Amino acid sequence: MTTETSTEIHSYAFQDLPGLMGLMTGDEKHGPAATSTLDALWVLYDRVLRVTPDTVDAPDRDRFLLSKGHGPMAYYAVLAAKGFLPVELLPGFGGYDSPLGHHPDRLLVPGVEIGSGSLGHGLPLAVGSALGLRAQGLTDPAVWTLIGDAEFDEGSNHEALAFAGAVGLDRLHVVAIDNSSATHGWSGGIAARFEAAGWSARTVDGRDHQALFEAFTAPHPGRPHAVVAQVETKN
Amino acid sequence: METMRERFVTVTAELLEQDPRTAVVLADIGAAGFTEVARRHPDRVVNVGIREQLLIGTAAGLALTGMRPIAHTFASFLVERPFEQVKLDLGHQGVGAVLVSAMGSYDWPAGGRTHMSPGDVALLDTLPGWTVHVPGHADEADALLRHAVADGDSNVYVRLSAHQNAAAQPVEPGRFLTVRHGAGAVVLAVGPMLDAVLAATEGLDVTVLYAASVRPFDRAALRSALGARADVVLVEPYLAGTSNNEAHEALADLPHRVLGLGVPREEHRHYGSMDEHLAAYGLDATGLRARITGFLG
Repeated sequence: MTTETSTEIHSYAFQDLPGLMGLMTGDEKHGPAATSTLDALWVLYDRVLRVTPDTVDAPDRDRFLLSKGHGPMAYYAVLAAKGFLPVELLPGFGGYDSPLGHHPDRLLVPGVEIGSGSLGHGLPLAVGSALGLRAQGLTDPAVWTLIGDAEFDEGSNHEALAFAGAVGLDRLHVVAIDNSSATHGWSGGIAARFEAAGWSARTVDGRDHQALFEAFTAPHPGRPHAVVAQVETKN
Repeated sequence: METMRERFVTVTAELLEQDPRTAVVLADIGAAGFTEVARRHPDRVVNVGIREQLLIGTAAGLALTGMRPIAHTFASFLVERPFEQVKLDLGHQGVGAVLVSAMGSYDWPAGGRTHMSPGDVALLDTLPGWTVHVPGHADEADALLRHAVADGDSNVYVRLSAHQNAAAQPVEPGRFLTVRHGAGAVVLAVGPMLDAVLAATEGLDVTVLYAASVRPFDRAALRSALGARADVVLVEPYLAGTSNNEAHEALADLPHRVLGLGVPREEHRHYGSMDEHLAAYGLDATGLRARITGFLG
């Protein structure tokens, strides 16, 4: 009997993620940012996204673009739990020879769709990805990007959301993690911005897995879809 | 005379018909030229509106899915305004696009500083891996555009201008051409500067090289063109001195001198015409001759 990693990776559950995150040290600064995304990431990778370690290069895979690259421990933990990267890499987090930086790099980690860190790049890249898939006749794959409510300050998001809403880019999905960290807030709510631009939008409890799942999988014919996942306020 | 931009529209429309990987991304500027081809290929002609961060992000996203995007607008809005998108969405993601600019440094002086981008090539020099073509004629633009789109998934900048030479040169991407042989210094004319350089060096015993591609910089051609003394004059239609370091590196093991001529760094607060600006920058034949002969002594 072998001790293949592949037989072990399938055993990880949501309860195991804090332990996996604990293997990574040295990025305490972004701790709150990392845990704010944990539930949404888990539900996406566990129940929504049609991508596996074997299909990271498949043209018809779903794409998940982590735009908010700050505090990627939750992301790496989920990728490790799902077998995209070996758990053994987690303790090296941030080290010189580690592929796991404090911001992810798509060229270093299989399954990571974009390198991020500078805010406001994921949504425009997701728009282009959705257009590119459509232009190649790949109308089934979904494109997801995860942003934060403070990241939403960046004007590039607003260029992308206005355009995507206007052209009805319905394979495009945003999950916005709202931990009320935007300095000037979003009076009237984040979902209202998406709705005003023609998107389908839902706001849910970002710790409620069933609510997240239902919001993620809600039908939105002819329109892109945004899910605002509210979590406890930063600090 | 057909402009480079007109040719860009014709060539791009043709490439869109031929190659399903190609897509053109626009930010309103130039969109009218693509109305007809957009009807036939609505998924591969994308106009994002006046949103230049999205212009580059969209092009990069298309590339992430395996497409070969061509993005076009004025140089100021293609390179300078969304520079971080150029750096991160293309280079850092490891994907490529063809960026085709218009208006360059001085094409519309009446439009003022907001529509002048003399620093575009110098900015791209801060990033790894960019190929830069600076055609001097619509026919050259035609050949270089086709080459750029077919050039794998690399990042290529094609700098189109309303300033052109009377005749096209038989350009080869990445290579300098010898346009005139002499025994003395080497004068390298980049793209639209060739006609003025030829007029300025009339009767001088210099070699005139022509570059419609400046990155990579054809160091071998520069070295093999050297005369008795390694004196080099660079005449570029963008920021003066942009290629000085390339010349210095090509000649690093030789005692040499380099004079870099081009658009001055100082803001030139006058409107008027392209010819008036070229004269004011010392880039007309008279100004060039005075500075070249002064340098060569």
